[in-house]
Amino acid sequence: MPAPPTTATPVLTPAMRAEIEAFIPRYPTKQAVTLPALHVVNEHLRCVPMEAIPEIASILELAPAQVYDTLSFYGFFKPSPCGKVRAWVCRSISCALRGGEEVLSALSDKLGVKAGQTTADGKVTLEFGECLGLCDFSPAMLAGTKVYKNMSVEQVDEVAALLKEQADQHG
Amino acid sequence: MAEFEPVLLANIHKTDSHTLPVYQAAGGYAALKKVLAGMSPVDVVELVKASGLRGRGGAGFPCGLKWSFLPKDHPGPIYMCVNADESEPATFNNRILMELDPHHVIEGIIIGCFATRASTAYVYVRYEYPTAFQRLQQAIDECYASGFLGKNIQGSPFSLDIFMHRGAAAYICGEETGLIESLEGKRAWPRIKPPFPAIEGAFRKPTVVNNIETMANVPHIVNRGADWFKSMGIPSTGPKDPGSYGPKLYCISGHVNKPGCYEMPLGITCRELIDRYGGGVWKGRKGKAAIPGGLSMGLFTEKEFDTPLDFAVPGKVGCLGLGTAAVTVMDETYSMIDYLHNACRFFAHESCGQCTPCREGTSWSERILTRIKHGKGRLKDLDILLSIAGAIGIIPGTTICGLADGAAWPIKNAINKFRGEFEDHIKRTNPTGYAQEEPAEALQLVELVH
Repeated sequence: MPAPPTTATPVLTPAMRAEIEAFIPRYPTKQAVTLPALHVVNEHLRCVPMEAIPEIASILELAPAQVYDTLSFYGFFKPSPCGKVRAWVCRSISCALRGGEEVLSALSDKLGVKAGQTTADGKVTLEFGECLGLCDFSPAMLAGTKVYKNMSVEQVDEVAALLKEQADQHG
Repeated sequence: MAEFEPVLLANIHKTDSHTLPVYQAAGGYAALKKVLAGMSPVDVVELVKASGLRGRGGAGFPCGLKWSFLPKDHPGPIYMCVNADESEPATFNNRILMELDPHHVIEGIIIGCFATRASTAYVYVRYEYPTAFQRLQQAIDECYASGFLGKNIQGSPFSLDIFMHRGAAAYICGEETGLIESLEGKRAWPRIKPPFPAIEGAFRKPTVVNNIETMANVPHIVNRGADWFKSMGIPSTGPKDPGSYGPKLYCISGHVNKPGCYEMPLGITCRELIDRYGGGVWKGRKGKAAIPGGLSMGLFTEKEFDTPLDFAVPGKVGCLGLGTAAVTVMDETYSMIDYLHNACRFFAHESCGQCTPCREGTSWSERILTRIKHGKGRLKDLDILLSIAGAIGIIPGTTICGLADGAAWPIKNAINKFRGEFEDHIKRTNPTGYAQEEPAEALQLVELVH
């Protein structure tokens, strides 16, 4: 991991730092704030850039490698910004039985990206999800905090439009 | 048996069921008040022990017994970790409780913490449950404002804080020591046991890890007693069987007409769940197979649908166990190759990578299944898959946690119970190469979109 440039503007804003520090009293160790801190940065920046790692480490009195070790375990935190909306289409068994993989494939074609990629306009990151716990509504998708239920291949044009709309609302 | 009265889902259809006034109007927090007014922590542990409540998260360990393993007279702190990382494929009962009746869950947690003398509880909720997270947080805020959480709850000497902790999309965090490591801010690599969490858990302190549904049972046991709880379910058949008592939230999904979550006494058969609650197999078709309790548990054939879904019986038809009691039905048109490919892909994706047999075994299985699925399978692959399945997991003693056992069981059950279908598929799709014995060429597999 490259050493952080010392003169650069910090990645973490004072607001982000304050949010992270507010978690500290909840836990007996500062290291336990690692995951909450990664979430704070991710919520603000839609990613956790490498430059943020030493800054998080310094707040939590950890080595940057400790923060990176945890971050890298979860495929969730990306080094460069995701789209304004991240959409996870479930590919696990209950959804697969009702056409989930076909929905993912059709949505992928419609948006012109593969799972894991972001649309050229920066609006939507399409991903596959492993069981989203929405098996009573399969095939299902989680987009941001919104749940799309009982999807079908026929609906993907509409779903793609709704995702873009959702992205626009996020400004 | 008396007419079954649902208790776990009794509130969920009410308007604003997630709010404190609605919960209290339905008698909510009466159990907590009863505990604080006249019971000692030991009384509560003994009551839960007497009820026979077993953990609903998958392992079925007796809850009261787990609590009794905490060291006596420990100076503290003692922690409770509530496992809301519900990630077992096909399972969503915890989500329903948290979204629609969060106070119910919280009352159980508070009583559980009182019983175990825990001063802090962390509720570890998977990232994919934003509404559950928000509803629980809102309920916790209401509890602080109403004196159900914080210092000296309802004027008693008992104090408790509950904090929400958000996961980041990793199945392994549902393993109790993986959860603890993740809570501590580390990679979620499960720990070697012993020491068990009761002795050395979160932050190296005594810790109990309990599932959401398990906690939701606790207020009812306090209100109605151990005998009431034991009046439901399948009694113990001997000293080694702790029995299967109480109500259970069964999930049903896949090829049925009415996927959903239904509350019933433990021990309903898979067929009854499908026909009576799931509305039968969809499209007028017949059932072919069903996952008995989350993907890890293996597979019932249609003939095994009459198996009671309790803690003891699924194991007797070759499945791993009851698991989360989440049934997924596959109809007669569905390919077992597709099922097993899906299962192997899941476990390969979710293996945490700590133990080599699991990390390599799950991804090897996935590669073989991908090859079989795309017409490059060999009959020999079936034996290779079975040998992998026999070599990974806690049962053969090669891994730290049970993820690999969960990866092995779908392989064992699918191949042993549907071997003919696998052989036919391999011969039909690879007519020139199915009998090949030499190691398979490393193939550039189909370009997978996902």
